[in-house]
Amino acid sequence: MAADVLGDGLARMLKGGVIMDVVSPEQAVVAERAGACAVMALERVPADIRAQGGVARMSDPGLIREIMAAVTIPVMAKCRIGHFVEARILEAVGVDYIDESEVLTPADEVHHIHKRDFRVPFVCGCRDLGEALRRVAEGAAMIRTKGEAGTGDVSEAVRHARQVQGAIRRLTAMAEDEVAAYAKEIRAPLSLVWKTRELGRLPVVHFAAGGIATPADAALMMHLGMDGVFVGSGIFKSADPEARARAIVLAVTHYADFAKLAEVSTGLGEAMSGIAARDLADVARLAGRGW
Amino acid sequence: MVVGVLALQGGFAEHESVLARLGVASRQVRTPQDLSGLAGLILPGGESTTIGIVAEANGLLAPLRDFAMAHPVWGVCAGVVFLARAVGRLQPTLGVLDLEVARNAYGRQRESFTAQVEVAGLGAFPGVFIRAPRLVAWGSAVEPMAWHEDEVVGVRQGHILATAFHPELTADIRLHAQFVAWCH
Repeated sequence: MAADVLGDGLARMLKGGVIMDVVSPEQAVVAERAGACAVMALERVPADIRAQGGVARMSDPGLIREIMAAVTIPVMAKCRIGHFVEARILEAVGVDYIDESEVLTPADEVHHIHKRDFRVPFVCGCRDLGEALRRVAEGAAMIRTKGEAGTGDVSEAVRHARQVQGAIRRLTAMAEDEVAAYAKEIRAPLSLVWKTRELGRLPVVHFAAGGIATPADAALMMHLGMDGVFVGSGIFKSADPEARARAIVLAVTHYADFAKLAEVSTGLGEAMSGIAARDLADVARLAGRGW
Repeated sequence: MVVGVLALQGGFAEHESVLARLGVASRQVRTPQDLSGLAGLILPGGESTTIGIVAEANGLLAPLRDFAMAHPVWGVCAGVVFLARAVGRLQPTLGVLDLEVARNAYGRQRESFTAQVEVAGLGAFPGVFIRAPRLVAWGSAVEPMAWHEDEVVGVRQGHILATAFHPELTADIRLHAQFVAWCH
């Protein structure tokens, strides 16, 4: 119980913030100075994982430690879906949050990690309400949209956010005797479905991720009801990472102030070039990973 | 009466929920104009570097300092860091509270903890400490008001309150009620 309060509590303290992917201590310092509320320590950003192919695994603990030493903000790191030993290693390293992530090559095609046993909280990706609540049932203290990482195309993150939020709107409007059948349909635990209906939102903090590349993208996700955003390849694959990082931070705070968004969107140089998510072959889609 | 909650980043919605439970109107503060007419202000938990950087970018540092001179202000966790005079590193802060803090001094997230704390005038209180700052040293105008075992985890300087723990993450609304009473 205490671990739940603490993992959920840290996620609540990240709200309204931007979590940035970094591959070096130097990038982590740039992210912190730009106002990131946390960093995700990685060997390769998703755009490079996508370009280089092969099996993507947990990063070298040495690199993660160097990044932890470089900044005072929370440091997250990714493990493969189902790879509970990578997760234990990350816990031993002392990261502040573990992302059981579809961006890495899944280690288990059936099971996710039983996350309740860990002292360090987890964030997991989802495409719809059922998937989100299955991850919460396993112990995830925070949920993010999967989007389509490494593309710079926000459309899949929008799709996943709308899937979840739309499903919650339907759930809150349906008759009480329809709830159990709905829980069965979306393959989610009934107790969490009821809790979601009572709250009118996911029972944990819900961030956007996967393809966010501009301040406007970040603000769009906030309007769709997200609590904050992850930006992966979008910052350090752009022409001016420092300026873009700062602009995205300000865009998340001021997402409803369009004059402010116009101001922060000005003169940022080239965004990451990106790939349209709809042009990806099915095998190249990361969001399909996770069960 | 309207109580403001600094809404640049972090756990501001949780404070608004508690204020609503107390029947007190709240307003999210993002710009200097948002401060006008407020009876008091809560500086919520979050990341103090983010909050400081965004406050600086919005031209909020000086207006917040002026506000804190004349009105009740309560900093929680990152809000304590944001109020403090010395934080051990360069980051934008208000510096209106004569307090030195050590950020993340309890350790990383796996060292975050819950424990009972003792609050002056209220007695036992649930303490939730998340990557909390340690209160290291303070000036003569600063009065300790909360303890975890022998360690000071909350202080008061006039109408400025600072707690390293998060009452808004518990069901205990007594500290919020006390702060609201100051605002009247």
